[in-house]
Amino acid sequence: MATTDVSGANGKISEQLDAVVIRFCGDSGDGMQLAGTQFTNVSAVFGNDVSTLPDFPAEIRAPAGTLGGVSGFQICFSSSDIYTPGDEVDTLVAMNPAALKTNVADLKRGGTLIVNEDAFEKSNLSKAGYESNPLDDEESLAAYQVQKVPMTSLTRDAVAELGLSPREAERCKNFFAMGLVYWLYQRDATPTEEWVKSKFAKKPELVEANLKALHAGYNFGITTEAMTVHYRVDPAELPPGKYRKVTGNEAIAFGFVTAATLAGKKLFYGGYPITPASDILHELSKLKNFNVVTFQAEDEIAAITSVVGASYAGDLAITASSGPGIALKGEGMGLGAIMELPMVIVDVQRGGPSTGLPTKTEQSDLYMCMFGRNGDCPLPLVAPASPADCFHMAQEAMRIAVEFMTPVMLLSDGYIANGAEPWQIPEMSSLKPIKVSHENRQKDGEQFMPYLRDEKKARPWVVPGTPGCEHRVGGLEKSDVTGNVDYSPQNHQYMTTLRANKIAGIADFIPEQEVEGPESGDLLVISWGGTYGAVRTAVKHSIKEGLSVAHAHLRYLNPFPKNLGDVIKNYKKVLIPELNTGQLRMIIRGTYLADAVGLNKVQGKPFLISEVKQKIREVIEDK
Amino acid sequence: MSVDTSLPVLSPKDFASDQEIRWCPRCGDYSILAQMKKVLPTLGIPKEKFVFVSGIGCSSRFPYYMDTYGMHSIHGRAPAVATGVKLANPDLQVWVITGDGDSLSIGGNHFMHVLRRNVDVKVILFNNQIYGLTKGQYSPTSPTGTKTKSTPFGSVDRPLNPLSVAIGARATFAARSVDVDIKHLCNVLERAANHKGTAFVEVYQDCNVFNSGAFAFASKKGEKEENVIYLEHGKPLIFGKDRDKGIRLNSHDQPEVVELGKGVTEDDLLFHDEKSEDMNLAFLLASMRYPEMPEPMGVFRCVEHPTYNEAVYDQVKSATERNGEGDLEALFNTGDTWTV
Repeated sequence: MATTDVSGANGKISEQLDAVVIRFCGDSGDGMQLAGTQFTNVSAVFGNDVSTLPDFPAEIRAPAGTLGGVSGFQICFSSSDIYTPGDEVDTLVAMNPAALKTNVADLKRGGTLIVNEDAFEKSNLSKAGYESNPLDDEESLAAYQVQKVPMTSLTRDAVAELGLSPREAERCKNFFAMGLVYWLYQRDATPTEEWVKSKFAKKPELVEANLKALHAGYNFGITTEAMTVHYRVDPAELPPGKYRKVTGNEAIAFGFVTAATLAGKKLFYGGYPITPASDILHELSKLKNFNVVTFQAEDEIAAITSVVGASYAGDLAITASSGPGIALKGEGMGLGAIMELPMVIVDVQRGGPSTGLPTKTEQSDLYMCMFGRNGDCPLPLVAPASPADCFHMAQEAMRIAVEFMTPVMLLSDGYIANGAEPWQIPEMSSLKPIKVSHENRQKDGEQFMPYLRDEKKARPWVVPGTPGCEHRVGGLEKSDVTGNVDYSPQNHQYMTTLRANKIAGIADFIPEQEVEGPESGDLLVISWGGTYGAVRTAVKHSIKEGLSVAHAHLRYLNPFPKNLGDVIKNYKKVLIPELNTGQLRMIIRGTYLADAVGLNKVQGKPFLISEVKQKIREVIEDK
Repeated sequence: MSVDTSLPVLSPKDFASDQEIRWCPRCGDYSILAQMKKVLPTLGIPKEKFVFVSGIGCSSRFPYYMDTYGMHSIHGRAPAVATGVKLANPDLQVWVITGDGDSLSIGGNHFMHVLRRNVDVKVILFNNQIYGLTKGQYSPTSPTGTKTKSTPFGSVDRPLNPLSVAIGARATFAARSVDVDIKHLCNVLERAANHKGTAFVEVYQDCNVFNSGAFAFASKKGEKEENVIYLEHGKPLIFGKDRDKGIRLNSHDQPEVVELGKGVTEDDLLFHDEKSEDMNLAFLLASMRYPEMPEPMGVFRCVEHPTYNEAVYDQVKSATERNGEGDLEALFNTGDTWTV
């Protein structure tokens, strides 16, 4: 509910809002990711709940001013819990005509449109495919509150006295835009000012220029006659504690370092750069003093096989990649599976097949991760629900790997990886320890049996160098207990079943499936991965509107929680929204014979809350 | 009471596993296995510190036959697996066992990178110029025109020279020997074991089933003396049954065979320098191929450079000295935080 009051000496109106969605968009060189990130930081530090969605262009650097080069960053900040970066945009900042053209459709009616008027000149207009200047055409933008601001020239004037080159001066215009939006939403710019001072510590002229541009933008908001209203969003009531902002990739890196520290082990990361997984490598390579070894391998295959080697030699070993890279790792994962060695393989999914949509999100690797190895080779699969959840699920993946002596797959996606949200910094004492035991018996005349099993069907993990436990492992089928090569038909049947049962048995050691909403009813919505926020919000709204609907979000995909079949039976219908053409749906249908229907979207974009809500209503009303 | 802290004295037998060896009778692999078992006990390294990693192929069954730690991995990837093993546990002595198809076809990429990084592992390439395990197709070292099941009209590929590839990747140790040349092979394996950095050894290996006699020129008594030349550091390149021939550089700096005497003295010959930082000599030696030239056997190149694993741990150490031991709480609390 919005409230208004008149405040401030300059008589501007301050309106209070619950949640706001802002999108910065411009050319990929305009610093829009930076503007978005800084706005997120100041909002998070202020105490709002935040959720972000960066949108990178697929081209590394499309020609400036073209539609293909538009980069965007959307933030939702709120005084209550939020789970998504929002459906519709309240305020759109467009730095050029291409950005306006590609983004204006998402701006809600009556929303604020701030444009860099200077950029709307002939060549930019034609690059964006405009025949005439849309800013001159009152009708096309009539639905919005348009603020035409000559940001380039105002920025140039603001920094004029510093003697920067025209190019350097104009590069500060993103700070002007930030300043203006900071005024509009009454943000305290201090964290951004501190960031600028430390970021450009070695270039004092850039510190001054960016700060001047930021303040000029802020002051423009105060003084200009055109802007009469600004807005306030109060801090959110999050559970008490200390918070910071994390992206999914950061949280994955933190989760693995934590797992290694808890286990008292070295962390080995073998990886090959690929969007959107590379940041995990970047984060971990900074953390060498945490006893982390990172190995940038020559290719994806070397990355996974180095992990196999490191795991064999006793490290907690992980690799991360995205779809095409995971495809290449298939054989190495199979090797890890037959040798029964612990390791975690992270798939940060993106649009496919092949190179597909490298910078856009999708959930279409589920089949590959579930089935994409030769032979009968089930592996445990877990999937975080949000950026902050990556911290927990990375530890869960490692715990399962070590306890059950198996490779484990962790399915993230581009939306989670690059998105950010507040993360409650955990108390170290609250973290679940990870126990690692290595077989280390001294030679006593008895032969060591590398495939002897414990109650979880896990075989012993021996660090080479341990006397008396010398043994050989490999990709050929092994005889149980002795680990000797054995191709006999009965043995292969026995070992295939044993490995499958071992993975299925993990169900006894993971949490049962919970539902949000009524325990039985008309409809159960099942989701997994990064669609959590949109589905959770859509279900909440639908319940409020009186519909009989509940939500089960799966974080354990193989094995499924053991009560999942019973949970499904409690509802008349099942809806499975996924950013693919129905992969979980087929697996659920196949596993539980449930007549699930799908909501499927493969546009490289996350679900809107409204899309899910509409589908829920349709399914319940059987339209 | 005194405690005996000396290492147990090991013998070749201690390195023999209980697994039945399934190579074809008279396969050259038996000899390489036997020489390896002879060399390892002489190194003063406890048995449990050895790890043998292999790829796929006949040679790659090798780890099963050694009573050490071992992994029979997947096609061509043994160098990457071994890199992971060595990085995880630098105390281990890691050997890679591979064949010409395994290392130069499917694993060409990893072969090149383990060498250029100088990871402290020993790579033994069993070269028989044929695919034995898949029953006789030509390999990347088979001479052009090789007739096999997959090349009934003769192969049209140009072969790779493993030593040229290794030297091109800046191998810090590169050597060659022959399976049946027992003493020479032992010596080369021992030197590889003692090298700090990636040691590359090509072993000419006889596949008597699919490519019998491919290296007869280098193994047959009475003939090999005329066809191979044994490299010794600091010594002139002399060969022949009567040690009456040598290698000299001609006016184009190309090697040529000359007869000693008749105005040519030892001082006119090319002298071997395995420690040369410049790789030209090693390249030149690798380019000498039978039948045009006698083929060199022995250590082509042996130079000292920092190893990859050392460099990795130096960074871990200096990062820890600079930033202190990792503190999760401090890490989580970096950047902007707020309290609710």
